[in-house]
Amino acid sequence: MKRRSGHGVLALVTGAYLVWSLLPVLIAVLFSFNDSRSRTSWQGFSLRWYFGDPERSVWYDDSLQTALVHTLRLGVITTLIVVPLGVALALGLDRWRGRLPAGANFTVLLAFVLPETLLAVALLFVVTTLVTPLQLGLSAQVAGLVTFQLSYPVIIVRARLLTIGPQYEEAAVDLGASPLAAVRRVLLPMLAPAILASAVLVFADVIDDFVIVRYLSGDAATEPTSVKIYNSARAAPTPALNALASLLLAAALLAVAVGFGIHRFLTRGQRADTQELLV
Amino acid sequence: MPSSGTRPGVRLLWPALALPGMVWIALLFVLPLYVVLAIVFGRIDPVFRTAVPVWSPLDWDFSQFTFVLERIVGEGGYFGPALVRTAVYVLIASSLCVLIAYPVAYYTARYAGRRKALLLTLLIAPFWISYMMRMLAWVNLLQDDGLVNQALSLGGLFPGDVNWLDGRSSTVVLGLVYGYVPYMILPLFAGLDRIPASVLEAARDLGASRWEAFRRVTLRLSRPAIIAGVLLTCLPMLGDYFTSDLLSGSPRTSMAGNLINESVQTPGQTGQAGAFVLIVLLVALVPMLLYIRTVRDPSAVRS
Repeated sequence: MKRRSGHGVLALVTGAYLVWSLLPVLIAVLFSFNDSRSRTSWQGFSLRWYFGDPERSVWYDDSLQTALVHTLRLGVITTLIVVPLGVALALGLDRWRGRLPAGANFTVLLAFVLPETLLAVALLFVVTTLVTPLQLGLSAQVAGLVTFQLSYPVIIVRARLLTIGPQYEEAAVDLGASPLAAVRRVLLPMLAPAILASAVLVFADVIDDFVIVRYLSGDAATEPTSVKIYNSARAAPTPALNALASLLLAAALLAVAVGFGIHRFLTRGQRADTQELLV
Repeated sequence: MPSSGTRPGVRLLWPALALPGMVWIALLFVLPLYVVLAIVFGRIDPVFRTAVPVWSPLDWDFSQFTFVLERIVGEGGYFGPALVRTAVYVLIASSLCVLIAYPVAYYTARYAGRRKALLLTLLIAPFWISYMMRMLAWVNLLQDDGLVNQALSLGGLFPGDVNWLDGRSSTVVLGLVYGYVPYMILPLFAGLDRIPASVLEAARDLGASRWEAFRRVTLRLSRPAIIAGVLLTCLPMLGDYFTSDLLSGSPRTSMAGNLINESVQTPGQTGQAGAFVLIVLLVALVPMLLYIRTVRDPSAVRS
């Protein structure tokens, strides 16, 4: 049948794409368990690059461990700042009419599509030529990451607000709630899935960030995992580098899995809207 | 019934909620972009060779910027080829992205059926894997004794001693496609998924062939999604320097991002780095505005 063969080609292309897209990473993860220095020939399973090797494993090599801890620290701190800041901004921009909020909304979208390298260099100039409380290292990195990530909660929460509409908080205010209480007790619970989705998205994106955190890092102690990979990928690294990258991947997948679980719990009884968490 | 917007408490609430975020954006997004201008059109300290920003546009000095411009278009300009190369790489890579992403997104949106959720999860998976790890994976595979060369030599088609990571344009373009194609698939999927099957059935009932229905209905309705996807992949490529660094490391594959990165790290070239940032920003401005317009249009795609 002609019709089926049409799907067949498309299915084949899709399958081939998935293999091409995911297999290289799976191989890289596999070689983090290799029982030899090689990242190309398999010598049997071992955990030596995670904690077996007393010098070069992720657990014992200070530089690798520092990078991993710093990455997770950046992820947690940035998420804790971005989510409240972005949700408040989304609520404000959505309900406040006028030129100023329209301009701010435009700027947020601009920050979303500006090539990251440009923002990173601009922030580097600010930190190095102006007198600011920011210092290269943790504070500058967090400031840069928050700026770059702020658009995620704004876009996600505003999309959700569009479907909620203004009637719920209007009803609450008519029933005697103060405007702030209406937001806190009515709107925020309804937004919880969207807020959670943006938190997961921001955390996973921050721990993978490279451009901003590299330019705004102070010294080796504030170089996160991605910078470590960049610095040593071409300099004959051991599979410990693969192990480091794999641990980061595990952290991202764990965040997504936990987020997905909580999302399910929050939206139980409602129409399954998993796409919101995923896209 | 009074709308909540007319009550004074509510009227103040929304600006108060938006204010912290707006101040943040003003201080750490708008101001930094102005600092770039002040440095590009600023002076250089004669003793320390450091950049001295000049804040008033009336006092701006354009010599640093023209210095860079001359080295782009001038004879033997070092910067020109890298910019042309960026344009060519981005053009080829984003075309390949469309060719790969469209059938994948189309299949997932129309024919995946009950496996749609699983397929989507797999298509989104690259977003949770750091870009550096995905490049590291290819560095591993493409090494001289890597699995790609091993596979080629077993196949006997090639000698299997290709130096993939030795400054090849093809490797860098492959890396760009590999790195950014997920950003194309999602908006395309969202756009294609939104086209109701009934529209296509109507086209078929009215006598269109399958190909005609695809070309004149599906393709046309998915055009905003294609534009959004192309912009989402092109824009980050304009600032990308790490793909070329990791997969080639040779100046033969330098892109605009490499020019920025090298001058940022060279003392005394701060103004030059700023000039490159400004040039890329000007080039990126039109696609950025185009993207924002596409996103704002409610009939188009939300990323």
